[in-house]
Parts: sequence; structure tokens; C-alpha cells
Amino acid sequence: MTTLLEVAGLTVHHGQLAAVSDVDLSVAEGEIVAVIGANGAGKSTLLGAVAGAHRASAGTVTFAGRDVTRLPAHRRVAAGICLVPEGRRLFPSLTVEENLLTGRYRGRNGPWTLPRVVDLFPWMAQRRRQVSAQLSGGEQQAVAIGRALVANPRLLLLDELSLGLAPVVVRRIYEVLPEIIASGTSILLVEQDVGQALRVADRVHCLLEGRGVLAGRPADLSVADVERAYFGLRSSPALAGEAGPAPDAEPVEGGSR
Amino acid sequence: MNWLNAVLQGLLLGGLYALFACGLSLMFGVMRIVNLAHGDFAVLAAFLAYSTVSGTPLGILGATIVVIPVFALLGYLTQRTLIQRALQTGPLSTLLVTFGLSIIIQNLLLQGYSADTRALPAGSLVSASLKLSGQVSISYLALLTFGLAVVVLLGLQAFLSRTALGRMLRATADDREAATLVGADSRHLYGVATAIAFATVALAGLLFAMRSSFDPSIGPTRLLFAFEAVVIGGLGSLWGTLLGGMVLGLAQTIGAQLDPALTLLAGHVIFLAVLAFRPQGLIPARSTA
Repeated sequence: MTTLLEVAGLTVHHGQLAAVSDVDLSVAEGEIVAVIGANGAGKSTLLGAVAGAHRASAGTVTFAGRDVTRLPAHRRVAAGICLVPEGRRLFPSLTVEENLLTGRYRGRNGPWTLPRVVDLFPWMAQRRRQVSAQLSGGEQQAVAIGRALVANPRLLLLDELSLGLAPVVVRRIYEVLPEIIASGTSILLVEQDVGQALRVADRVHCLLEGRGVLAGRPADLSVADVERAYFGLRSSPALAGEAGPAPDAEPVEGGSR
Repeated sequence: MNWLNAVLQGLLLGGLYALFACGLSLMFGVMRIVNLAHGDFAVLAAFLAYSTVSGTPLGILGATIVVIPVFALLGYLTQRTLIQRALQTGPLSTLLVTFGLSIIIQNLLLQGYSADTRALPAGSLVSASLKLSGQVSISYLALLTFGLAVVVLLGLQAFLSRTALGRMLRATADDREAATLVGADSRHLYGVATAIAFATVALAGLLFAMRSSFDPSIGPTRLLFAFEAVVIGGLGSLWGTLLGGMVLGLAQTIGAQLDPALTLLAGHVIFLAVLAFRPQGLIPARSTA
């Protein structure tokens, strides 16, 4: 399998804080790679840097053999990188259909078209003229995924798909991933729900305080390994300073695997 | 009959105010900035047309056809060079930059054209009128202005709702960052919005200059009327802008009918009344564009 995305020594700063430091990661064609980690571990920042929303202060992002580290976000879409951002970020005053069409603005041509997205999420057929602000969280997530898909990305970045959604909705959203992979798109996803991430991913990276601390195939990783890496049990609990006052409420779903 | 005349004139005047206002509204909707030089750009367009008509064999129609695209280009460049930089430093800087532009334009015009009042010759368009009855007649220019305002608003609405570029303008207005993630270059889109705003304000400036005399200092008053039309109609709503313009025009002509000194005051009173009792405007916007 050829490498599609190669992240090497990537460091991203938010002001003084190094949210991501010296992270290496790669995604091969047709692969699902998951990044897990606690609140403030730098997962979303890493994804943002791959999408171009955050500037790298050091390191490189190579996509399909091309150095895209300095390429602005709006030009990475045409190159084949699409991010489904955390919190969906639909355009609230646009209808479902218009939101999907924005994905076509600078998108590539390929197998994903509006009708095919509607096939994937059949409820959209009835409600394509509805303003997206009126949709439920799960429906918004589906539209956000559809908006990215119609751009026919070679690499789809999914940031916290499960955030704020009921488990049954999350399961339904994750059910579409195999079809996306089958269409030739690779996926790099960030997930707080570790059990979910380990179920779907070919390979997993765990970030702790901005650094990669564990990587491997889910089958090769023990629950204890993951828990140690996730909570940084061997290092000092300096996490609080990074995550702010937000309570750390993500269980490691060891039992669900 | 004089009252009927005042009402008709006021409603038609609303078309002109809506033309002045729609560019202001578009720039505010997409970029969240108020262009304080909006009225001065209208005056600049009028002077540019004045020079074109007097210095070249082009007539008033030819001058209009030249000035509007020139202004669209000027708008795009002004956004990409001045306003974009100001936007990146914060909302206050855009006010300062456009306020500065307003002063610069007024003074350059004063320098180049002196403080004399001018009129844009529009031939029979101004003098000829449609006689509805003995006392009620409507000038063709007023009718043309109103018609053009409706056409421009219809065109803007079609552009925003039916074209990919218009859709991206609305998307960028909703969430600039998310729009970047689907491939929108916000600086280019802001440039497009400003180009449209400048083209419409140039048209408004020319039509204004055909119906009344103008001098370099009248820009801020035009801005005020445009601003009042936008607020009365409801920020971000195109048809609200037309309605707002018509309410403002009506207030002014009816005020003038009572006492000519009341013309401007009546408009401002309506504006304040809307702000006080219906701050969301007569037709609140459904979308931000």
C-alpha cells in the first residue's frame, strides 16, 4: 500500500503553547487511522494542521508525494484533503442541499455526487430544502460528512464524529465508513470514544500532551497499554493546565471491545 | 392631489435609497463591516461620470457603462489592499480605514473639482414625465430609478441564491472558517462582495446625480440615508432594504409636504422610531446575506 499522508516531526503552537509537538504519523491508501487521546491532547490541532486550518511551526505534511505544509487550507480541498470539523460547522442559513453543494465549490470530480450522498443518508431526500440550523445533531453530522464527501477527497479527516450524539446515532454514522473506504477514500479520524476508534481503525495513534506516546494495530494493543498511554500514568499529571477547567469525562471503554 | 403626488414621489425615491443601501447591506452581511466611505464613493462615481461626459464623446449612457465596471474593479482592489488588511487587525480598524477613505475622497474631490455644485446632464430623462392627471406626474427618471432598483435587487437575490459564487458568499458570511475548509478563499469572496457593493453604489450615485445637483461634501448624507434604509428594513434582508428605502422616502416627501424644513427630520424620526420599537427592522432577515 502506498503512503498517502506523511506527517513528520509536526509541531503546532497555539500562542506559546505547543499543542502538538514532534508528531509522526502516516496514512496509507485505503486505510483508516484513528488518533485518540484525552481532552487537550492535541488531536484536533493535529487534524487542523493536516487540513491547513492551523499553521505548523515545525515539521512537514506531505500529501500524495507533495509537500503541503505551507499550502493554505482552501487550496488543500482541491488537492484532496477534506476536514469534517469538530462541532459539524454547517452553514446554518443554508439548506441541506446548499450545504452539500458548497462541497462541490472547489471539490474534485469522482464517485461521490449529491445523489450518492442522498443514497447514503436517505432522509436527506425529503428534507433537502430545510435550513440546516433546524436539523438534529446526528443529521447535521451526516450533512457535514456529505459536504466533505462530494468534494471527493482522497483523504477524509473526521474530527470527533461522536461528540454530543446518542450512541445509536454514532453507530449509524460509523456504519457508513466502510462504504467511504470502498470508494477509494482514506480516513484519518480523531475520537474521544476510544472503544469506537479501536473498533473501526486499522491503526491507532495515542497522543498525550501533544506527543505521540503509543501507536499500533488495535489487535496488538492491550487495554492496559492504551489506558497507560491515554492517561499518561507514567508522566506527571500536567494535563489539567492544558485542558483547562473542563472535566475529563471520557471513559476508556475497555469492556466494549 | 398634492398628497398623492408626495406619496408617489416618496415611494419612488425609496428605490434610489434602496440602491444606495444594498451595497452597504451586502458588505455588512458578508464581512460584518460598515463602509463609512460608501456615500463618498457614490459621489466619486458621479464626478467620474461628470468628467467622462464632459471630456469624452460618450454620453450619459456611455459614461454609466464605463463607470460601473470601473467601480466594481475599484471595489475589488480596495477590499484586497486596504479593507482586508484592516479586517485582519480587528473591527475597529475597518471603521477607521473607511472613515479615512471618506475624508480622503472628499478632499481630493474638493481639490480636483472645487466646492461648486454640479449636475449630471441626463437630457430629456429628467424633464419628461408621465402625466397621470392634471396635478400628478412622475418623472421618467424616478420611474427608471425605481425600476433599476428592483432589477438590481432581483439580480442580487438570484445571484446569492442560485449561483455557486453567491452560495459561497452566504456560506462565508455564516462561518468563514468552515467555508475555508470547503475550499473558499475568503479574501477573494470578500473582494467579490465589495465589487458588487461598489457597482451598485456607483449606479446609485449616477442616478442621484441625474436628479439633483451634487458637490464633494454630500457623501456622508447619502451614507446616512442608506444606513437608515437598511436599519428600517431590517439588516441583511434585500427586500427589507427596498421597503426601508420606501418608508424613508415616504417620510421625507410627506414631511416636506407639511413643511419643507421637515424633510430630513421626518426621515430621521421614522428611523429612530423603528430603532426604538422594532429594532430588528420591518422585515427581519432569515439569512445573513
